[in-house]
Amino acid sequence: MVHFTAEEKAIITSLWGKVNVEEAGGEALGRLLVVYPWTQRFFDNFGNLSSASAIMGNPKVKAHGKKVLTSLGEAIKNMDDLKGTFAHLSELHCDRLHVDPENFKLLGNELVIVLAKYFGKEFTPQVQAAWQKMVAGVSIALAHKYH
Amino acid sequence: MVLSAADKNNIKAAWNAIGSHAGDHGAEALERMFHSFPTTKTYFSHFDLSHGSTQIKGHGKKVADALGNAVNHLDDIPTALSALSDLHAHELRVDPVNFRFLSHCLLVTLASHHPGEFTPAVHASLDKFFSTVSTVLTSKYR
Repeated sequence: MVHFTAEEKAIITSLWGKVNVEEAGGEALGRLLVVYPWTQRFFDNFGNLSSASAIMGNPKVKAHGKKVLTSLGEAIKNMDDLKGTFAHLSELHCDRLHVDPENFKLLGNELVIVLAKYFGKEFTPQVQAAWQKMVAGVSIALAHKYH
Repeated sequence: MVLSAADKNNIKAAWNAIGSHAGDHGAEALERMFHSFPTTKTYFSHFDLSHGSTQIKGHGKKVADALGNAVNHLDDIPTALSALSDLHAHELRVDPVNFRFLSHCLLVTLASHHPGEFTPAVHASLDKFFSTVSTVLTSKYR
């Protein structure tokens, strides 16, 4: 169970307030599919994923990225109970989507990289550390109901 | 995993863009790693790990120089890094999981300082490059 200090919560919430969820979601998911092409296995019905530019411009990728990050935004309001917040989604990813939880870690790290790209110097080592805890907590929560 | 011709071009171009900042980026990546993945500090109990530490700066430059050497020998990284591979296997014995942490923090550092150059394709090539270097450095572990 990941425990966030008051300072970490403040860091995460403050940065989140400046994030364009639609843009960042598409960017993070797109980069996951480009950098780790085997993750495309979950998105056979997304159409053209044949090149980096096709992936980054794909409207289904952008829409799904937005969906994922919107869900993360909800989690940020409930950082003390990530497992409860993601219980239903965890069951869904196990029983219906059959996604290896390793992929949650990969996507989490892609999000951290995208945040670094957007925020530059503001994304200090301390800010990164808080966000690494956040994505780790979300990954653990999403894997929690797997059986 | 093989570095394609396109990967090699991306890697060389990225390293050129980084230029003389490589040492600083190496140090920053280490600092990020110590903050985000505190277990990595166990390998540096003999270091001053405070911000701006001379030892971190020195070590960051060492890491950057080794990576620069690999960039200059992309067609034969195992030979170029053979001595470092021996060092990690027989003396340093850093658990393999930690190479992923440092690789990730190198990517974060580069993304934050060079957002324009850090396109998805370049990002992918660099990820493959760091992964290749990590594999070489752990290749003689057993």
